[in-house]
Amino acid sequence: MIRNQLLVCAGGACITSGEKSVKDVLVDELKKNGIEDEVQVIETGCMGACDLGPIVVVYPEGTFYQKVTVKNAGLIVNEHLVKGRTVGELLYTEPTSEMKAQTSGDIPFYTRQVKRVLRNCGVIDPLSIEEYIARDGYFALGKALEMTPDDVIRVLTDSGLRGRGGAGFPTGLKWKATREAKGSPKYVVCNGDEGDPGAFMDRSVLEGDPHSIIEAMAIAGYAIGAEKGYMYVRAEYPLAIERFEYAIGKAREYGFLGRGILGTGFNFDIEIRIGAGAFVCGEETALLRSIEGKRGTPSIKPPFPAQAGLWAKPTLINNVETYANIPQIITNGAEWFRSVGSAKSPGTKVFALAGNVQNTGLVEVPMGTTLRELVFDIGGGIPGGKKFKAAQTGGPSGGVITADYLDMPIDFDTLKEIGTIMGSGGLIVLDESTCMVDIAKFYLGFTVDESCGKCTPCREGTLQMYHMMERICDGKGRDGDIEKLSKLANVIKDTSLCGLGQSAPNPVLSTIRFYEDEYRAHIYEKKCPSHVCKHLLTYSIMPEKCVGCTACARQCPVDAITGEVKKTHVIDQSKCIKCGSCYEICRFSAIRKE
Amino acid sequence: MKSLEELKRIKEQTLREMDLRQAKERGKVVVAMGTCGIAAGAKDALMAIIDELEKADIHDVKVVQSGCMGLCDKEPTVEVAMKGQPAVIYGDVNDTNARRIVREHVQGGNVVADLVIKRENI
Repeated sequence: MIRNQLLVCAGGACITSGEKSVKDVLVDELKKNGIEDEVQVIETGCMGACDLGPIVVVYPEGTFYQKVTVKNAGLIVNEHLVKGRTVGELLYTEPTSEMKAQTSGDIPFYTRQVKRVLRNCGVIDPLSIEEYIARDGYFALGKALEMTPDDVIRVLTDSGLRGRGGAGFPTGLKWKATREAKGSPKYVVCNGDEGDPGAFMDRSVLEGDPHSIIEAMAIAGYAIGAEKGYMYVRAEYPLAIERFEYAIGKAREYGFLGRGILGTGFNFDIEIRIGAGAFVCGEETALLRSIEGKRGTPSIKPPFPAQAGLWAKPTLINNVETYANIPQIITNGAEWFRSVGSAKSPGTKVFALAGNVQNTGLVEVPMGTTLRELVFDIGGGIPGGKKFKAAQTGGPSGGVITADYLDMPIDFDTLKEIGTIMGSGGLIVLDESTCMVDIAKFYLGFTVDESCGKCTPCREGTLQMYHMMERICDGKGRDGDIEKLSKLANVIKDTSLCGLGQSAPNPVLSTIRFYEDEYRAHIYEKKCPSHVCKHLLTYSIMPEKCVGCTACARQCPVDAITGEVKKTHVIDQSKCIKCGSCYEICRFSAIRKE
Repeated sequence: MKSLEELKRIKEQTLREMDLRQAKERGKVVVAMGTCGIAAGAKDALMAIIDELEKADIHDVKVVQSGCMGLCDKEPTVEVAMKGQPAVIYGDVNDTNARRIVREHVQGGNVVADLVIKRENI
């Protein structure tokens, strides 16, 4: 008889921070106490609060233990399970109130979320198809098969669901177009090539709730009239591939994939295709070429994949998070879906919260939530008492949201208005010590590397922009650079074939729009206001503070500092390489960085 | 898998196995598992309570453990706290008494008077 269940988070982040060995300790300790038959240990998908990992939740109490290590995992068994005493040291302490949270229901990071896409992640065992079924899994497929394909598409259209891969195209329209397109056979494709650095919601769903995607793809197959689906996942997600493959096997065994599904005449099956890690393969036409075994380069649209996709046949392609919404929409209806979110962007969105913020991880909130709620209420604010500066959304294809827009509801359209994009939902918080020119250069560097090379403006143009950005950060910026950057950026946007090139200049354009003063300071005053760009820094010694301890002179790798013991030291600016080692070693705060 | 009926059967069956993870709102039964409690047989009481709840098909009551309540003489002790009712602490809860508490108090709504050692003041 089972009296307790231990849910151990086996998401990617928790595994990296030692989940496997923690689980082994738990199992060992249970055996030592002879209670291995009374207490069940279950590995789940990602619970979202990745910086608190490894996480262990004890049911039925729901006690939430965080940052569990091999050393203290035994306490959960020996104290909590044997003696009935909560292990205080492993509870989460809320930073502002300093209260110990007993369950996840006491942690603001969780209480403010609305879990739909992630509803099963961290709750069920992803390897158990039965647990998925217990959470209403595959009932949506059963319901869809009793409806006509047109009715399925109508529910989806009425729900107002928009593509979660970034562009926000109405999903119902896409399904309708693919259903109406002439040509046979038709294909269903899932885009799991999550390439935006820092975003990992698709991986979490594939790892934590793989059956939801299988069910959604089968529903899509029925709706558009396809018998074959392809799941395209990047090779960097081995655990997602492993669990999805296992889930496909189970779904076949139970008859949710294969021939004559649920006693009807509907046939459908899914194969996995593994991407080799090119960012451009997240672009749908490039992804389709990659599935065909060709080089992943984009092609001109139209024809859209709905008309001529895989092997020139009508193909439906949606992102993982989009699919994850579908079974619930079929089960609960369009009205239910529209009950949260904004009018034009209904439903929820999963954000990967990262950067200079207290709580990092995956958060799912209604569309239209403000940045302030995301960063301060859920994210717990900026660490180290620093001020919020901006948030970067949409990764290398997006731009920034500044402090002025903290109270703007975030959805597809509002973000577009201020020059950034939703993208896949990466949200990187930047504090006041961030240099916006430097951050734009970083993202541009990413697209320079990832441009497939097909279009000259993207291949050469982004590189030229990058060289200019490098020059500006090195203190060699020239009058007219800002104008030249903007002009080139707009040419690249207008003349590139695919989304990668069309959005690559966004980080630069967006930072010029909101932080032109920082660009000007770099170019005209040769100063980096945030003290980040190394070549624009000057280190000097303040005579009134220097005690002549000689520490800096001894530390300086190029002997640029001279001075006698107990007398003021001086930095020779012609020799200084701006490494900052004097600044770090000085115990009297006598080095000025400006 | 050929029908929705079959799907429903799997759902019902698995929901029972996942029962511990569901929100249980109607009340809780707390078994004191201090050294004194365990020595006096709290483990047997705990398992008897879980077994009896299962038999009675009651899934909205949580069974949790706590440390010693300080009444070492009366161990094993069990507290029953149903929502909207004062909590009751029972003493000398062996297997038989544990099953009585579930049947009479949790299921029947009547306090098992002869086992009570303390009642919460309203």
